[in-house]
Amino acid sequence: MTNPAAVADVRSPLSDGEWHRLHPLTPVLRGGLFLVVVLGIVITNLRDRIIGWLFPAVADWERYEADPVDYVVSNNLILIALVVVLGVLLILLGGFWLSWRFHTFRITGDDVEVRSGILFRTHRRAPLDRVQGVNLTRPMVARLLGAAKLEVVGAGLDANVKLEYLSTANAEAVRADILRLASGRQLARAGDAAGVAGAAGVAGATPRGRAAVAAVSAGLTGLIDGAEQPVAEPASVVHIPAGRLIASRLLSGSTLWLVLLVGVIVVGSILGTPWVLFTLVPTVIAFGAYWFRTVTRALRYSIAPTPSGVRITFGLFTTITETLPPGRVHAFEIRQPLLWRGFGWWEIKVNRLSGRSASDAQAQQFADVLPVGTRDDVERVLRLFLPGISVEQWQELVVHGLLGPRGGADPYVTTPRRAWWLRPLSWRRNGALLTPDALLLRHGLIWRSLVILPLARLQSIALAQGPLDRALRVAGVTAHIVAGQVRGSVGALDRDNAVAVWQRTAAAVVAAAASDRSHRWDAEPEDAGDVDADNAAAAAAAAAAVAAVAPADDAANAADAVDTASGRERDAVAAVPAAGVISDDGGERG
Amino acid sequence: MTNTPDRPNPDTVSRTATDPADAAGEGVSTRSARSTTGVGADAAGEGVVLDGGTYDRILEPRSENRLPLGDGLWHQLSRNYVWVRLISTVAFLVLVIAAALVASLVLRLGWVWIPAGLVVVSTIWTLVILPRQARAYGYQLREDDLVFRRGILWQRMVAVPYGRMQLVDITHGPLDRLFNIAQLKLVTAAATTGVTIPGLTQAAAERLRDTLIAVAETRRTGL
Repeated sequence: MTNPAAVADVRSPLSDGEWHRLHPLTPVLRGGLFLVVVLGIVITNLRDRIIGWLFPAVADWERYEADPVDYVVSNNLILIALVVVLGVLLILLGGFWLSWRFHTFRITGDDVEVRSGILFRTHRRAPLDRVQGVNLTRPMVARLLGAAKLEVVGAGLDANVKLEYLSTANAEAVRADILRLASGRQLARAGDAAGVAGAAGVAGATPRGRAAVAAVSAGLTGLIDGAEQPVAEPASVVHIPAGRLIASRLLSGSTLWLVLLVGVIVVGSILGTPWVLFTLVPTVIAFGAYWFRTVTRALRYSIAPTPSGVRITFGLFTTITETLPPGRVHAFEIRQPLLWRGFGWWEIKVNRLSGRSASDAQAQQFADVLPVGTRDDVERVLRLFLPGISVEQWQELVVHGLLGPRGGADPYVTTPRRAWWLRPLSWRRNGALLTPDALLLRHGLIWRSLVILPLARLQSIALAQGPLDRALRVAGVTAHIVAGQVRGSVGALDRDNAVAVWQRTAAAVVAAAASDRSHRWDAEPEDAGDVDADNAAAAAAAAAAVAAVAPADDAANAADAVDTASGRERDAVAAVPAAGVISDDGGERG
Repeated sequence: MTNTPDRPNPDTVSRTATDPADAAGEGVSTRSARSTTGVGADAAGEGVVLDGGTYDRILEPRSENRLPLGDGLWHQLSRNYVWVRLISTVAFLVLVIAAALVASLVLRLGWVWIPAGLVVVSTIWTLVILPRQARAYGYQLREDDLVFRRGILWQRMVAVPYGRMQLVDITHGPLDRLFNIAQLKLVTAAATTGVTIPGLTQAAAERLRDTLIAVAETRRTGL
């Protein structure tokens, strides 16, 4: 399928290794909120004066002494005041302009760098092989101006490199470049991939556009789609009807609490304290806002495979498109709240390095990979992230993991009968299973949940036993993963089984980590090591291979090879026969 | 791998190494020989460095149902660790009692004895179990990972693959320096790993750090 003649240098002008500036409207967009706040303060303070001007009769009874405006008018200082205001405005504009001049970014073969600040210079650099994902955010106002915010997610707290703002087209190009450079993929294949993505995008754009037209009027459509160029987006594998989304949010656990609370308040008011009824108002308003936020956030959800990873888009007003390269998800949890069981709905949450602290409001958003979906949707989404799952494995996952335990042959290690009262309802279900590339933890009879922990991402694994556990000869296993909403622990397993799971997992984690290549997920595998050093992608792969087996100095040499390789990628196009299919992203995870 | 789960030893206190020939006193040479199979560092005298002045048997819960020790050689904490902890805990205790005395006698606040009493009782309880806790710590350098264990009432064992270590942190305060001990902390990308080995001798801590960094370098992986 690869046509070497059609291969072009897909690198955009913005990522040629030189310093570039951001979108010229950046100061307006970034300072926009600030200006609105200032304007708000001014208007609030001048409210009475404005009312006085408009309705002199109303405001007459209110007079201020030492009002600065009165002072200026009475002392004939209007000219000076105007000059001062003008000066402040000029200084602000100059500052904005300078900060824009000094805010530059550069994308080289190895990292993304941003320099900013006028007096206090900041220089931030993110190595590409630690990129956890790229987020393209289009806030409401920025969309109207055709701008977008690009965020390169690094591994760590506040480790993200932000490019705010770029024009939408530039942001798309830079995102593609960053992902391609980070993947270590060869240019030949990248060019091919871009063609395929474009083709998929043409197919995917139409139904979404039609749906939007059907749903809202033409003016609103413009607002929702923004003033941007039509973006080549691949088709989503999951479609969530708006009705199901809203229903699923209404059937969440928080709604139960609300109903309970309202009941208590109503009963309380009937029983003699009618004033408690007034507490209903703020509660209901708060819940309304919460629902509105969760629903709008999940509207326009789409998830699709791209050559550089899974792309998730969501948000009605502020649209966020995140691209997750293969192997960036540290834990999956497939959950089914009690009220969803009748409908057969599930949700998927993940743990990943989002560059944010866990308390950040947006962190939760990034954890929702599938807000609500049927079992088929769950399968499709999981297959995007774990392409290696075979049909039998999936059947097993459903029968035993999601719905289990069924029948006699339960592969999971579960809580023994003697310890049933530690897990009074779920003791038959509570369990763990080690598969060749993941550790599965199954919990909950009422709130079903299945945690999938890819072994290649597991950080460490613990075994714990308290006095009660010891009396019952059980123990708990905890897998340590990066912080997030998914927790990887299962308690009250039979002692010997728990020890066996712990031992085998510890060994399997080492093996999985040694064969993991996802930091340069699309580079050629180790056998490319004998290709000459001009080959950029092969050098990257070789660096990984050498680092795994050779002493430190060799690894450093290999790293140097990668450093220099970025400048020679043109050569690589000619040197390396283009090969392979694009869809093997993350195949090593199989 | 030498580590297969085995039946726990019936003794309350089992040997550091399950091999009975590897007794504590004469075991220096065998120890270093075995630890070379572990990490593969140049281990002439590693046994001496890591195990100089340490405990030689891991204290375990009495119950049969405890977590087993498994095979392999467990390194332990320096005996000085208990003294450091005892001194700092007693100092804290004295401070609390003094503050409570001042408050009750000078300021006539009789009620301070309620919180102060709670603190004093729990601190004394800590003092009582401290020596036993210190003996329950252990770490093992296996082929590809470090295994850490602690606790008697609440047992915990953690296996950390060398390639997952993001950094190794050594801290020692003034009292630690006086007793020549240091605390070594392993940091992975998961905050919950929580492997902190307190009370290593300083030589052991530095040797362990260098070994771990060298080994982690050869097994470096992504996050």
